[in-house]
Amino acid sequence: MAQHNHATSSAQSQSGQFTNWYNAHRKQISHIVRHLLLILGSILFMFPLIWLISTSLKADTQIFKIPPEIIPRPVVWKNYTRMWTYFPFLQFLKNTVFVVVMSVSGVLVTAPMVAYSFSRLRWPGRDFLFMIVLGTMMLPGQVTMIPLYVLFSKWGLVDTFYPLWIGTWFGGGAFNIFLVRQFFMTIPRSLEESARIDGANQVQIYYKIMLPLVRPVLTTIAIFQFMGSWNDFMGPLIYINNQAKYTLSLGLRLFQAQTAGAQTEFGMLMAATCVMVLPVIVFFFIGQKQFIEGVTLTGMKG
Amino acid sequence: MQKRRMGKGLGRGETIAGLLFASPWFIGFILFTAYPILSSIYFSFTDYNILSDPYWIGTENYIEMFNWDPAFWKSLWNTFYYVLFSVPLGISIGLMIALILNADIKSIAVYRTMYYMPSIVPIVAGSILWAWMFNPNYGLLTLAVEAIGLQAPAWLGDPRWAKPSLIIMSLWGAGGGMIIYLAGLKNIPKTYYEAAELDGANLFTRFRRITLPLLTPTLFFQLIMGIIGSFQVFTQAFIMTSGGPNDATLFYVLHLYRNAFQFWRMGYASAMAWVLFAIIMVFTVINWVGSRYWVHYDQG
Repeated sequence: MAQHNHATSSAQSQSGQFTNWYNAHRKQISHIVRHLLLILGSILFMFPLIWLISTSLKADTQIFKIPPEIIPRPVVWKNYTRMWTYFPFLQFLKNTVFVVVMSVSGVLVTAPMVAYSFSRLRWPGRDFLFMIVLGTMMLPGQVTMIPLYVLFSKWGLVDTFYPLWIGTWFGGGAFNIFLVRQFFMTIPRSLEESARIDGANQVQIYYKIMLPLVRPVLTTIAIFQFMGSWNDFMGPLIYINNQAKYTLSLGLRLFQAQTAGAQTEFGMLMAATCVMVLPVIVFFFIGQKQFIEGVTLTGMKG
Repeated sequence: MQKRRMGKGLGRGETIAGLLFASPWFIGFILFTAYPILSSIYFSFTDYNILSDPYWIGTENYIEMFNWDPAFWKSLWNTFYYVLFSVPLGISIGLMIALILNADIKSIAVYRTMYYMPSIVPIVAGSILWAWMFNPNYGLLTLAVEAIGLQAPAWLGDPRWAKPSLIIMSLWGAGGGMIIYLAGLKNIPKTYYEAAELDGANLFTRFRRITLPLLTPTLFFQLIMGIIGSFQVFTQAFIMTSGGPNDATLFYVLHLYRNAFQFWRMGYASAMAWVLFAIIMVFTVINWVGSRYWVHYDQG
């Protein structure tokens, strides 16, 4: 009897001890669990990229080894050095850079202008037209794709770079206009009123006072546009026929199709894929703060 | 309101300046949006191969689409399937990561970057990478499944597995939504949770009663944008499967692209584009109507 009592009380105190211990360390435990989950998840998310880099640095024989090895042994740079002469990737890169530079410039010059008009200047019909700007965001690109192709082909611009960037010089798209407008809205009205009293005209107010104030969001739209043009596949696919004018995304696809199944070129395919990914990640890191702000601003309420 | 009526002369100057500053958009809108929309409507009622003039055939493109083009229905079904799984799963996974990340963790920036990075990988690069992951002989996923003693499917080579494979690939980009949910979570005042904890609400109740309701506007917007984006899925299928095997990944836009730029049936493809637009609109309207029952806008 006494023994039994003793046993239950000790079990009770033991579980009590555990509860006490758990309560005392609850913060740390949830912290550890959180970190374990996060580490597991990030391995899952990062692994394809790690695998891509690792494959690109392997010799042909190691790429197709079973079981697979993560670490390239030895580390081979041959894929990266050979790809440029083996396939016209350098030309593709030049073409892509040209399109990117032209479209980023277009966005940087015209998106703030239009956004300024839609936020800081008052004119009849402005708010109605801004609804239309936002409405164009809902329109799937396929609706205008065919007439645009017909238009550009009538102008003799198929198989040139124009169709890939000319559109950005007309306001830079609803998304960018919206983003910059949000920034302009936060600037106090008194600023331009005092400038106007000092005798500054609209162009001076815009260029000297307002534009410098929204510089952070210009970084954001520049990165967005860079990524958009760099990644664009459908555009070049439709408009570019001549291989000398291929962009990287199109060239990479061509290389993949031409070397399908060939083990000797697979390392180069992976290296070229890395070359395509790397600038995106570099620019993301450079503008991380502005970029994430832009993504969240447009992603939460549109 | 009072300032609005300040001097007429200034107002006119401002109108002129406003129109001038907005002029790039006007011109672009008319040239690259409004005019193409109108001609697209017209094309959709014609037989048009670009080389010869459009030939008016009334509603025949639409009739053909619904009655005589089995590939249209197949592509519609494939796209529905893709949207139905990739959008809700992507949102759930993004939200889950955001919830785990939403704590006072020092290394949050590092984790956030690691989860986010896949979502910015160029789609062409991502497609080539995942074709390698799904390789039936050497692919990492194949080897991983075989390592636990199971028979690996042929992934992209198997008509039953091709769509699920592309959905798995799309989930890799779930970190894109995560960034947005994380910002939404940061906006929820801490005091709400503290009050709930005092009332004895457990973790699940706090999520169910505070986090989820306050996040619904963000989730709603992501749902709408996710559906619009997923309906336009194209590049993965074009690069990884060419619509195969057995048309299992023939998505709507891929079918549209082929009609337009491989068969040069511009009229038919234009009609397809408008049907896609109508489908997206129907889904958006259904979402708006449905949102009344689950989206909370009462916050500030």
